[in-house]
Formats: sequence, C-alpha cells, structure tokens
Amino acid sequence: MATDALGWWGVPLAIIAGTLRGSAPFLFVSLGECLTEKSGKINLGLEGTLLMGAMSAYAVSFLTGSPWLGVITAGVAGMGLGLIHGWLAQQPRVNDIAVGIAMIIFGSGLAFFFGKPYIQPAAPQLPSIAFGAWSQSPQLESALRVSPLFLLGVAIAPLMTWFFRATRWGLLVRAVGDSPDAARAMGISVFKVRLFSIMAGSFLAGVGGAYLSLYYPGIWSERISSGQGLMAVALVIFARWNPRQCLYASLLFGGAQAIGPALQSVGIDAYYYLFNASPYILTLLIMVFTCSPRRQLSGAPGALGQSQD
Amino acid sequence: MTDSLRRSLANLYIPLGSLLAALIIFGGFCALAGANPFGVYHSIYRAAFGSWSSFQNTLTQASPLMLSSLCTALPARLGLVIIGNEGAIVMGGLAAVVSGLALSDWGAASPVVQIGMALAAMGLGGLWIALVGALRHYRAVNETISSLLLNYIAIALLNHLINGPLKDPSSLNNPATYPIPAVHMLGNLPGSRVHYGLIFGLVACGIAYFLIQRTTFGFAARTTGGNLRAAKIAGLPVGQLTLIICFLGGACAGLAGMVEVAAIHGRANAALNAGYGYSGVLVAFIARQNPIAATVVALLLGGILASGGILQRAHSLPDATVLVFQGIVFLSVLYGDSLQGRLSGLMQRFRRQPVPPPAPIGPLV
Amino acid sequence: MATPALSVTRRQVLRGLLATSAFGLTVKLGGCGDSPIADDGTDTLTAGFVYVGPRDDYGYNQAHAQGRDGLADVPNLSAFDEANVPETQAVQETMRSMIDLDGASVIFATSFGYFEPHVLSLAEEFPDVQFFHCGGLYEEGVHPDNVGSYFGYIDEAQYIAGIVAAHTSETKRLGFIGAIPIPQVLRNINSFTLGARSVDPSVTTQVIFTGDWAAPVREAEAANSMIDQGVDVLTCHVDSPRVVIETAERRGVFSSGYHASQAELAPNGYLTGAEWDWTSVYRNYITWLQEGKTLMNGGIPHLVRGGLGDGFVKLSDYGSAVSDTAKQEAEDAKAGLLSGDLVIYAGEIQDNRGNTVVAQNEALGQTAIELEQMDWLIEGVSGSVS
Repeated sequence: MATDALGWWGVPLAIIAGTLRGSAPFLFVSLGECLTEKSGKINLGLEGTLLMGAMSAYAVSFLTGSPWLGVITAGVAGMGLGLIHGWLAQQPRVNDIAVGIAMIIFGSGLAFFFGKPYIQPAAPQLPSIAFGAWSQSPQLESALRVSPLFLLGVAIAPLMTWFFRATRWGLLVRAVGDSPDAARAMGISVFKVRLFSIMAGSFLAGVGGAYLSLYYPGIWSERISSGQGLMAVALVIFARWNPRQCLYASLLFGGAQAIGPALQSVGIDAYYYLFNASPYILTLLIMVFTCSPRRQLSGAPGALGQSQD
Repeated sequence: MTDSLRRSLANLYIPLGSLLAALIIFGGFCALAGANPFGVYHSIYRAAFGSWSSFQNTLTQASPLMLSSLCTALPARLGLVIIGNEGAIVMGGLAAVVSGLALSDWGAASPVVQIGMALAAMGLGGLWIALVGALRHYRAVNETISSLLLNYIAIALLNHLINGPLKDPSSLNNPATYPIPAVHMLGNLPGSRVHYGLIFGLVACGIAYFLIQRTTFGFAARTTGGNLRAAKIAGLPVGQLTLIICFLGGACAGLAGMVEVAAIHGRANAALNAGYGYSGVLVAFIARQNPIAATVVALLLGGILASGGILQRAHSLPDATVLVFQGIVFLSVLYGDSLQGRLSGLMQRFRRQPVPPPAPIGPLV
Repeated sequence: MATPALSVTRRQVLRGLLATSAFGLTVKLGGCGDSPIADDGTDTLTAGFVYVGPRDDYGYNQAHAQGRDGLADVPNLSAFDEANVPETQAVQETMRSMIDLDGASVIFATSFGYFEPHVLSLAEEFPDVQFFHCGGLYEEGVHPDNVGSYFGYIDEAQYIAGIVAAHTSETKRLGFIGAIPIPQVLRNINSFTLGARSVDPSVTTQVIFTGDWAAPVREAEAANSMIDQGVDVLTCHVDSPRVVIETAERRGVFSSGYHASQAELAPNGYLTGAEWDWTSVYRNYITWLQEGKTLMNGGIPHLVRGGLGDGFVKLSDYGSAVSDTAKQEAEDAKAGLLSGDLVIYAGEIQDNRGNTVVAQNEALGQTAIELEQMDWLIEGVSGSVS
C-alpha cells in the first residue's frame, strides 16, 4: 500500500510520471503526421485513425489474448484508413483538410460501430518495464514504469530523422514534399510516394491508438482520445517537421495533461479548466514568438498545403 | 451541347450521382449489419424530408451549419484554411449572454436587446477569427493550427466561466450562466418551429455570395487568394483584406452562437460546444467554399442528422451508424467533385489529367 | 442459466413491489385519480428513452439502458430508445420524432441538460404526452403539469461506501474524482466523507475535478496523483468509472465503484460501490401508467425520489478486503438508513471553509430540497467548489 504523502514533491513527480505515461499517443501520432506532411500532404483524419487503432487493438487483444497482435492490427487498420485518405486527398480538386475532417467522422464512426461489444470486457494489456524497481518509494516505482511501446516510439524519432536525411526513400519523400514538379521530372511517382507516406504515417497513428487502449489509460471507450489526433497537426508544426523535436513536443504535451490534476491534488483547485488548456495556450504563444513573416520556417515542406496540381 | 450547358449539367448530376453512390454503399453497410437497406432508405426519407414536420427537423439542424460554414468559406477566398468555427461560436454565445444580460438589466426593449446581443456576438466572434488572421499576416502563424488551438482555448474559457464567474447558482446540475429573460428571446418563424437562425443563415450566405462575387472588395479578395504576390504588386491592402474577411467569417460563426443562446437555450452552457463548428468546416469544403452551395450542403447534413435517431429506433442500428453514414456521404461527394471536368476523359479512358484548381488554398506555412 | 435468470426476475419483481409500496415518500399531491389513460384506443403503452451518451459506456448511460432493457418482459409495452443525443435542439427533435413518428406517449429523458429548455418546451407543446426527467427539480406551478422528475438518493450508498473505506484505509486519506462540481456530485462527496468520518473523524477526502463527464486520460492522471499523495481508497463520480477503478487496482490501492458494479475489474481492491437500479424505477412507472395513472390526473407524483429502501440504488457486494467489523458497521448504517433512524445530514455540519451549513439541532432528511441545491464541501474534504 502507498506510504507517505509526497506533498509538493508530488507535482513534479506527477508531471514526470504523466510525461512517461501519457506522451506516447502524441508521439506516435505526431511522428505519423510528420512523415505525412513531409510528403506534402496533411492528414487531419488521424483523430479517426487513432480511435480506429484503439478499438481494433483492444478487440484483437481481447479476442486472441495477445496485446502485441492488437498493436499490429491497430497499425494495419490505421493503414487502411490511410489508404483511403492518401488516395482521395490526391484526386484533383480535392482538399486534404476536407478529406481529413470527413475521415475523422468516418474513422470514428467505424471505430464506434464495431467497438460496441468491446467496451465492457477486459482485454489483456501490454506489459511494462519497471525502471524504478530499485526504489523504496512506491510513487517513484510507479512513475518509472514505462511501456516498451513508448520506448519504441522514442527510438523511432531519431530513426526517422536519419531516414529523412540519409536514406534514398527519405530523400524521395522530401523531394516529393518540397517540389513535386521536380520530383515528377525525375521520374518519381508523386502519387505513390505520398500514398505510402500517408499509409505509413497512419500505421504509426494506429499504434498510438493501441497505446491508449492497451496501456494507458488502458480501456476502450468512445471518449478515449482527448483530441490527440487533431493536436498532432499542431505538434508537427510546433516541432518544425523534425521527428526528434516531435519527441520533445510530445513529452511536453504528455506532461501538460498531468498539470491540472496534480495541482488539484496539492490543493490548488481554482482555474482547472484553464490549467487543462495550458498546452494549447503554450503552443499558440510559442508559435507567435517563433514564427516570422520574413522567413519561412525551416524544415517546412514546400508543397505543403498547396492545392492539388 | 455547349460547354457551359455541359458544365452546369455536370454541376448537377455529379453531386447527385455521388449521393446515390453513398446511399448504395451505406445500404450495403446496413445490410451487413443486419438491417434491410430499403427499410433504412425509407426511414431516412421519412425522418428527414417525409413530412413538413420532419423537414422542419432538417431545417432546424441545418441552420447553425450555414452560419458556421461561412467562417471557413469566406477566409478560404483569401486562401486561408480556418477551422476555428467552434471557438468563434462559443465566444459569440458568451458575448451574446453577457450583452443580453447587461442590456436587459438596463431595461432595454426587446429589439434593442436582440440587436445588441447579435452585434456583441458578431463582434467577439469576428475578433476571435480576426486574431487568427492577424497572427497569420503579421507573425506568419499558420492559420489552421492557430484557429484549432483557439477552439480548445475558447471551450476552456466557456467551461471556466459557466462553472465559475458567470454561473447562475440556480442552474444546479447543468451549470449555465444566468438566463436571458424570456421576452427577449428570438421567436420562431410564423407557422413553424424553425427559429430565426435559419433566416440569418440564408441571408448571411446570400450576402457573402454577393460580397465575394459581385463587389470590388470580393474581387480584391479573390485576386489575393489567387496570387498573393501579384496582389501585393498590384498594391492591394493584403493585411486589411485578411483582417476584414476573417472578421466577417468569425462574425457569422459568432452569430450562430448568439442564435443558440437567444433562440434555444436562453443561456450559455456546455451545449454551446456541440460540434457545429467542425460540421461547418466540412459543409464549407463540400460546398467548395461557395456560400450558396453551403446552404444546400447544410440542408443535406441537417437531413442526415435528422434521420440519425430513426436508424437507432426503427432498425436497432448502433448510434454510431449515423457517423458512418455521414462519413460515406462526404467522402463520396468529395470524390465526385474530383470527377468534375474529368468525366468525358474518363469515358474515353481512365487517365489523370492536370486540372487547374478553382479554389486556391494558400500555403500552409 | 435458467435458474439464475428466473431468480433475477423474481428479485426484480419483489423489488418492484417493494418500490411501489415505498414510493409514497415524496408524493406531494395526495390525489389518486383513476381516469383511464387515453391512448389512441390501443392498450399498448409506447415509451421512448433518450440517453446523452452511448448505450454501453459501462456507466451512467448504460445503467439507464439496462433499466430499459429490464422492461422487456412487461406486456403491452413498447419501449425504444435513442443514444448519443446531444443537449441541444437535437434532443427536442428526437423527442418530437419519438412522439410524431413512433407514437410515444411517455418520454424518459435521462440527462440533466435535457430539462431546461428542451423537456420543458416540448411538454408545453405536447400536453398529453408525459415527460419524465432524470435529475431535474420539478417546481409546482412553474413547470408544466405533464413533467415529472425522478432521481435516486445514491448518496446513501456512498455514505455506506465511506464507512467501508474508512475502515479499510491505512493512510486515512480517501480520494474522490468528480467530473464537475454540481450538487449531485458534491452530495456524493459529502456523504462519502460523512460516512468515513462517522468511523474515524481524522479521515480526509481529497477531491479532484476533471472538468468533463468523460476524460479517461485525465481521470487516470487524477487517480495517479492522488495515489502518489498517499490516498489509498479511490472512488469517483464520472460517466464511466472504469479508468479510476482499474488504475487503483494497478497501483495496489482500494477502490469503491459507482453507477454499476465494477467488482470484476478490481478483484483485489474493490471494496463496494454505489449502484443504480433503474429497472425497478422504470417498472414502477410503467405499472402506474398501465393502471391509468398519469401526472396530469395526480396519480403519479411529480417528484419521485428514493434511496436504498425504495430500490432506487443498491450497494455492490463487499469485496474480499472488507473486514467483518467494516461489514457489520456498514450493515448497521444501512439498517439505520432504511428505518429512518440514521440521518446523514444531521447538524452540526461545517463546510471546509468553516461556515455552518447544517445547524446544531437541524436534521436534513433525504427529501430536503436544500440537499439538492448543495454548493459546499464539508469539513474534511480538500477541494473547492468553484
């Protein structure tokens, strides 16, 4: 059983623990969105992908008893939605933001429709690694309990940076995102590269959903996502299309989720709605101070947001 | 057949064909889920358009969407992709309540209170989105993202105010602000239960169309949206245009918030944040940012929403079915749009042709 | 499976009978009109149920949906429902469509936010249809005659859960995760704490409001921060308690359920829980209606309230961690509540800012309207209302 109260030390501890527990969905979705946007398209529909991932992971884990199979299914289900988005958003006269919002509705609709039977049963959860096993303090022990899936996400971030910088495929994605015309002239299929990027990005977002339902908070419910999928788009811009910075931004957002409850637990109980909105306010402020009309943001894909050719 | 005739026919049969396709796909989905598709079609028709009473349901559901869609459609003419409708609606609703309470306290007559509420709502909603425009113009902050963030901030502000400073202690289990006196509420259209929000929506869409298509202001906006650099060289006041258009868009969404308060709830509560914002974004895009088309698309979405209940009650389909239906309809209509001007080519041979973009969307960054 | 199903039915019938006899509790109008129901010449009663969330949320809405499902075997009744209906004009359209298209003569609107203006305005438009609203406060002379409100004193179960919690807690710190500080949530927090402090006045309850009826991640964060602060029994009032109960179980602390039994989610730490039993409430309403009683003829009271004794609410079975002393005291308190000897809000009670909220010799019975307008947290609760 829990021992002594932590008092004010509980606040930083809760934020650290909240960061380790709650950032992974942001991380996976923002990495997925980063890959998508690097290829020159936006996918707002990742909110729906996240929900679809959460539902399918939970269902498969429940039905087969294997949470890891659930994670893979979530990715594949995400890819299915990514296929629709990637194909449709590249049709002439079709705007990717519009497709994204339609995909939020469609994806969440499918997830809710097929997820009904899985709200109540308990599915096997993903294991965790106890980095705090040495500690005498149960609070610290619990705070340092980390999901391997989160570590995987942390590993993907630098890998994706390397992918963009040093691999042929990464160069292709960047070329297509920066100047599709030049890429086309080089004989690259812009359509295919973007389709694959969007699908791979959606795979990651689906895995992010699996983290929600199979690790933290570890349930499937229709309100499981608190807008992580939508926020991913903001996160990526916040992170300047740099996967490594996506990691930092996700940690920030994950930790921010813990601020409101942590402050209330030590007796600061006014303004909690505003504390809960702190990540959004912070992001906006940072964007206001770091953007400038005189230069384009470094790392921004040139073709991003341009209408279809 | 002349080109223009063919084009206007295409304007008609492509959306209709997309709808038909969506209905067929959705029918298949229902059949898989164990419901009789034809029974489902019949129910949808009955619940959305079948009688004057059910059509009023459709009109009621559609009216906030018309105003909300303009918040996206107007700035889109400048090439701005704004999805901050939800936030502007919430801020409009808050402004309407505060001004309405102040004016009725002061003893103003009903028309004064109502006009005051509308102006305050449009003002605050307008400023909310003008802020997005200003950040875009002066700080180059991406307008899609900043407007998205402002949605969350507006909702947090609403929750903070209705649970704190503005809370009516007698609102008990459904926290809300103090109510606007019933005499100052907006009524319904004669002979119906549809409130005046529908008229506001139709009029606003009409004005917006006229403003964009028939005035020099609209021409300047479209020019800027088409080619920012050329507009600057031509000496157009891009900054002013951005602020004004964003203000107008936000004002429309703010007015939608005022209607929610002044025609339905009488106070501001959590129901102000009911998703009309995101639906409005979708309506605007489906309508290709055309305000007149937006009224039709809003009616379509209103009809879908109006028929959502009967799918549950008469066919035992889960509540999420209406989401799936919406998703299929919108994806299908979006795809149908891409066939515009491509159909003849398609008939010869399926090949992708470059088509010039009719509604240019600005760079994201 | 035949036997358990049969026993459930029998128990439900018994509970229904019990409820019927005890229903007179808050009857304000003694009238007993017997004019038969005018129901379009048919004998079938058509009732529509409206829920604000999904039918299967493992919480608030599911409790109501199960209440409706429990009516399946009632003859001459067609009871249908619609889920996920927002508290906007959409709910008015839903109710209207139930009346116009499906011929409903009775509507059960189960979310607080449906009452004003939605239920009230529909009730004026359809004076022959009866609207029963969950949680609202009917005011005679102010609200239409065809509106009734029902709710259960689930805080009685919370009081007993508080007793069990205080006996089990080692740190003497209890945690309560609330959605928003509305009277119904505050009353649960206060009753839970009063129950706990009746065992040991040194017990305190920490409250965290998440600000939303359903916010799984924030609920989990709230649970974790409270556990870090030494809280070792957690309970909650949110739409779906699952996250709180499972988080408590994973962290090895005790939990107490809400809305429905979550015992199977926490085999080690689940102590007990405050559960609804809407089936008995709805069956009772239907019986009244089929007997021809209505709100308008005075046969059905406008305010229907009930607690443990009336079958509105119940306690989850005690978990394995509950000691015999705790069980004994809990059962004593339950008996006291059933007999009326025990009044939860008996003075003097101070709030956590030092104001007296219930005076020295005052005893607010469960039916006291003041309790439904509660805007304070009692001494021993750390948290604030605004």
